[in-house]
Amino acid sequence: MKTNLKAVLTGTHTLSGNEACIEGAFAAGCLFLAAYPIMPAIETIERYLKRSAEVGATFIQMEDEISALAAVIGASWTGKKSMTATSGPGFSNMMEHLGLGVMLETPCVIIDVQRTGPSLGIPNRAGQADMMQARWGSHGDYEVITLAPGSPQEMFDFTIKAFNFSEKYRTPVIVISDEYIAHKKEKVVIPPADGIKITPRRYFKGQKDKYLPFKRDKDFVPRMVDIGDGFKFHVTGLTHDDKGYPIMLEECQEYNVHPILWKIRNHVDEIVEFQETGTVDAEIVIVYYGATSEAAIKAMKQAKDMGIKVGGLKLDVVWPFPDKKIAELAEKVKAFVVPEINYGQIVSEVERCSYGNANVIFVSHGEKGINNTDDIVSAIKLALKEKERKKGIIEYRSQAGSS
Amino acid sequence: MRYWEVPFGKEKPKTPIGEIHILKERCKGCGFCVEYCPKDVLEMSDEFNSKGYHPPKIVNGEACVNCGLCETICPEFSIWCTLKEEVALEN
Amino acid sequence: MEPLKMIEKDIQPMDVHPMNDILRMDRLPHIWCPGCGIGTAVTAFAAGLDKANIDLKKTCIVSGIGCTGRVAGYIKLDSFHTTHGRGIAFATGIKVANPDLKVIVFSGDGDLISIGGNHFIHAARRNVNMLVICINNFIYAMTGGQVAPTTPLAAYATTSPFGCVEPPFNIPYLADSSGAVYVARWTALHVRRLTNSIAEALNKPGFSVIEVISPCAMYYSRINRLGDGLDMMKFYHDNSEIRHGEDTKNLDIGFQTKIIVGKFVDRERPTYMDSYNKWLSGTKKAEK
Repeated sequence: MKTNLKAVLTGTHTLSGNEACIEGAFAAGCLFLAAYPIMPAIETIERYLKRSAEVGATFIQMEDEISALAAVIGASWTGKKSMTATSGPGFSNMMEHLGLGVMLETPCVIIDVQRTGPSLGIPNRAGQADMMQARWGSHGDYEVITLAPGSPQEMFDFTIKAFNFSEKYRTPVIVISDEYIAHKKEKVVIPPADGIKITPRRYFKGQKDKYLPFKRDKDFVPRMVDIGDGFKFHVTGLTHDDKGYPIMLEECQEYNVHPILWKIRNHVDEIVEFQETGTVDAEIVIVYYGATSEAAIKAMKQAKDMGIKVGGLKLDVVWPFPDKKIAELAEKVKAFVVPEINYGQIVSEVERCSYGNANVIFVSHGEKGINNTDDIVSAIKLALKEKERKKGIIEYRSQAGSS
Repeated sequence: MRYWEVPFGKEKPKTPIGEIHILKERCKGCGFCVEYCPKDVLEMSDEFNSKGYHPPKIVNGEACVNCGLCETICPEFSIWCTLKEEVALEN
Repeated sequence: MEPLKMIEKDIQPMDVHPMNDILRMDRLPHIWCPGCGIGTAVTAFAAGLDKANIDLKKTCIVSGIGCTGRVAGYIKLDSFHTTHGRGIAFATGIKVANPDLKVIVFSGDGDLISIGGNHFIHAARRNVNMLVICINNFIYAMTGGQVAPTTPLAAYATTSPFGCVEPPFNIPYLADSSGAVYVARWTALHVRRLTNSIAEALNKPGFSVIEVISPCAMYYSRINRLGDGLDMMKFYHDNSEIRHGEDTKNLDIGFQTKIIVGKFVDRERPTYMDSYNKWLSGTKKAEK
C-alpha cells in the first residue's frame, strides 16, 4: 500500500486528543468518515474536514449515528479504510451496527469520546461509563477489540493500532477515549511515514468464481474483496454459511458465530497490550486506563515516596481483557486499586480475574468528575490496612472533592 | 397493411413463434401467467408438483408469439419462452 | 473446536433460465409465498438491469429486512442484506466512498418508510445517486401482518383488529417533497412499464424512487378478505389508472380505492457527489 505523504504530518505538534486521533487515522490510511456531530467528539469531525481535501479523503455528515456507522460499514466494503467518531448517546445508537459490522466482518474504527450518562448526562464532562457497553452493548455473542488511550500521543498511536487490528482481524475496533483526553492539548510526536507500521487489507487472491466471502483460514479470518471487483458476492447480517447465504439452522449458527468469537479469543495474547510499572515486587497494584492514568501515576509516585511497594498496570487494550495478567498478579499482590470515572465497570473484571486471591478496591471519582490523586493514595493505604481477604469489591468513596 | 405503404425491398413483417418452458418443480401455482397470457396459451393443470401446487400446462402452444409476459410476470422464475421460428405474415 | 463443514443446499440449477446471469439460481426456490408480487418485481428488475445496459460488475444492491429484504440475496450482483431500515444509509456510504458504483436499494415499505424513513428523506434531500425500489404491500408481511405506515385507513391488520386508524404515507409525495429526481409508481401487474421505468431510472443521475404496489396474498389479502394474489392482480387491472406527471399530492391510496400509477417526477438537480466535488475543487483552488 502506498502511503500518502500529505496524510502524515511528520513532526512535533501540540494537539488535542481529538485532533491527534484524526492525524492517527490519516497516518493509518483512513479515507472515509461518516459521522453525526456530538459533544465532545465534534473536533474530530472538524479536524477531518479541515484536512480531508489535501489528503483526498471523503466525508459525509449523516442524519444520525445509526446511519453514520451503516455508511462506514458500506464504505469499508468499497476498499476504503473507514471510521466514525461519536460520544455516549451516539454510541448507544451505533450498537445496532456494531453487531452488523461484527457479523459482516467488516473492518472499521469507531471513536467513542465518553461523556457522562445515562442518556444525555453532562456533554462536557469526562466519563468512563461506556466500557461495558463497548463490550456487551450489541445483542448476540460477539467479541470486540477496544483500545483505551490515556493521552493525546496515545490517541494518535492507538488510532493507528485500531486500524491495524481491524484489518488484521476483520472486525470493528473501538477506540474509547473521553472528554478529558479529547480536549487536553499536549505534545504529539508524529513519526515519518515510513516509520509507521500499517497493516494492509487482507484481500482474496484467487479465481473469481472460487471466492467465498466467509471462507476462513486457519486463523479464522476470511479474506475480503471490494465492491466492483466483479466477484458478485453476497453478505448478510443473518446467520450465514461460507457463501454468505442465510441458513436458518442451529448448526449453522454455531458454524457462523464460533469463528467470529474465536478469531479474537485465539489471538488474545497478540492483541492484549498493557504497560507495567514496578509490578515485580509490588504489594499493591493500581489498575488504570484512559483519563485516570494521570492521577494514577501521580498517586503511584506519592505512595512510593511514602515507602509503599506499589506498582501500576495500565490497560492499553481493555477488550479483550488481560485475564491472564491480572490472575498472575493476583497471586503475588495483596490488593488491586482500580480508579475509574464511573461507578464500577472494569473493576468487576479485575475482581473476576483475581479469583479471590487479592482484595479489589474500587476508587470512585467523587464530586470533581475525575479521580483524585489523594483518594487513590488513601485507597492504597486502606488496602495495606486490610489484613483479611474480603469477598467482592471494596468500594472507596471519595472523601473530599478537591485535587 | 396496404401494399403501397411498404417501401420497396423491405422484408415482410414476420410473426415470431415462441416455445414455452416450464419448470414445474419451481412453480407455486399463483396463476399469474395463465390469467395474463395475451394469447391464452396456458391453463392450470390437474397434476401436482412435489410441493403440492398445480403448475400450468400448455394447451395452445402454437399461439405463443414469444411476447415474454409470462416470463416477466412469473414470481418464481419458473416459466420463460424462447424464439422458435419466425413466420412471414400471410397476405 | 474445528469449524463444521460448509452447509450447502442440494439444489441444482435445473434448467437454463434466461435470467440465469442476473439471478442466483443456486438459491431458488425463494422464500416468498405463492401469489406474492415481490418475485414479479424482481423479474422486472432483472429485465430492467438487462435493458439499462449498465456495467453489472460496477453495480451493487442493498436490502434492508423483511420479505423484500431478501431480494438482495437472489440477485447476482455484489449484494448486501443489512439491518432494519438502514439499507439507504449503507448504500449512501458505498456511493460516497466509491462514486463509480451504481447503487440500488431494493426494500419494502415498512423497512424504507417506517424504520428507515429518516434515511429515506435525507438521502432524497442530499440527492445521493441511487435507485430505490420500494415494494409496497401495505403490511408488515414477514412478521405476520402488522400495521405498516402504508396500511390504508380502515384496513385490517393483526395490530389493527378494528381497522387501521392511522393515515398512511403517500410514498411518491414523500419522495417528491424530499427532493427525489425521479418518482414513479407501478403495480406488480405493470411489468413492462415497471421494467422500462427501472431501466430509465438506472440511467438517471440522482435519487430515484420507484414504488411497486404488490399483492400480499398471505397477510394483507387474507386478513382483509380480498382473495388471493391473482384476485389482487385483477383488482389492480380494474382499478389502476396511468396518469403520467400527476401531482404527487393526489396519489393517496385508500382501502380498495383507485390506484394512480405512472411516472410523476423527472427533473434535474445536482447530485450529492456533484456538489461535493464542486466544494472540493473550490478548496483546492483556494489552497493554490
